[in-house]
Amino acid sequence: MWNRKKDDEYPQKSANVPQSPATSAQTSREVHTQNMASAPVRTYDPPAPAGSATIGKAVMIKGQIFSREDLVIDGEVEGTVEAQEHRITIGPNGKVQASVKAREIVVLGAINGNVEATDKMDIRKDARLVGDIKTARIVIEDGAYFKGSIDIVKSAEGKRKDSNPQVQAAGK
Amino acid sequence: MLGRLRSMLGGSGSGGGGELLSHGSNGRPLPPEHTRQSNGLDQFFSSIQDRSGLNLLDFAGANQSNVSYITSMGHRLSSEDFVRSLELTFGYPDVLEKQGNPQLVDQFLQENLGFPYDSFDGALLWDALQFLSPHLLQITVDRLFDTIRPDSYLLAFFHTDEKAKQLPLYNYRIADHRNILLQPRGWAHCGQVFNNRAIERIFHRYKSVKFFLTRDNLREVIVRR
Repeated sequence: MWNRKKDDEYPQKSANVPQSPATSAQTSREVHTQNMASAPVRTYDPPAPAGSATIGKAVMIKGQIFSREDLVIDGEVEGTVEAQEHRITIGPNGKVQASVKAREIVVLGAINGNVEATDKMDIRKDARLVGDIKTARIVIEDGAYFKGSIDIVKSAEGKRKDSNPQVQAAGK
Repeated sequence: MLGRLRSMLGGSGSGGGGELLSHGSNGRPLPPEHTRQSNGLDQFFSSIQDRSGLNLLDFAGANQSNVSYITSMGHRLSSEDFVRSLELTFGYPDVLEKQGNPQLVDQFLQENLGFPYDSFDGALLWDALQFLSPHLLQITVDRLFDTIRPDSYLLAFFHTDEKAKQLPLYNYRIADHRNILLQPRGWAHCGQVFNNRAIERIFHRYKSVKFFLTRDNLREVIVRR
């Protein structure tokens, strides 16, 4: 129990593990296959959190992305990215030039575009975000670069609690 | 780019912009982090109390304290690290000299002050204006005039030390409506000497300029648009 890995942690790459050349988008459920003859050193990318898809750091996508599971973007994306009921993580190598919508958005890389997180926005230390943010909650670490506006909007849950104070009282 | 920024700032800080160094330029130590009382900030927040849904501009760069404080009052916050943007556009070491380059000035204005007319109901400029050359300063103040709604307030700080060539650069964190945490992040060259008369001239298009003199070589100014 004590050593259980938190679901919401961004997977940290181990310094000792060589990184995959990652030439295509991979989901955690896909089996990573390589031509063993041309790949003498066995490499792998650390698995993304369970139930999430990953866009690797050597991948570039132009267009619209809709996800029905958590999504980790460590590559480049241009267009729009949506995962309404899920979390989107922009990894340290991720460069997103797109509007991003999700329940929760974690930024370690760069976003140039407007973002909307219905629940929570988390901007980490070395992140760079240029665009407008709409979210219910926000966490900004010192060192992050942000230019744009921040609009705090109540989440659906918050609105329900406000309109029905008995629910809130009962929950205490 | 970051390397240039580091050397330009000549150091930084504890806290915000944490990637920067911890000592000032030429080995000059940075002043310690401290909290100070601000009558200017108090007056700024008094001017918007009992109102919500306002759009405020903050030149301190996004940080948890300012974002939490302002959005908890029900306002929208537009944030940018003005001094960092200045350095990123004009580069080190000739930040002040390059502010005469019309191409770079246009780029800077477009990227950092390209807001529509009447966008904001108030602006926290902190000490950002004193690192501008006289030319860019006047353009910036005029651009702010177009951006801020009539009767709204600006809060700006100017150091009173007229002999200082370099000034400490701080991250400004709002602790409460009249207290600010100042986190040193380095040293920067001052664009010009500011006395009361010079400041009044800069804001000559605005309705009023009110000064708060303090004991720590900082002149707080509340300007009404």
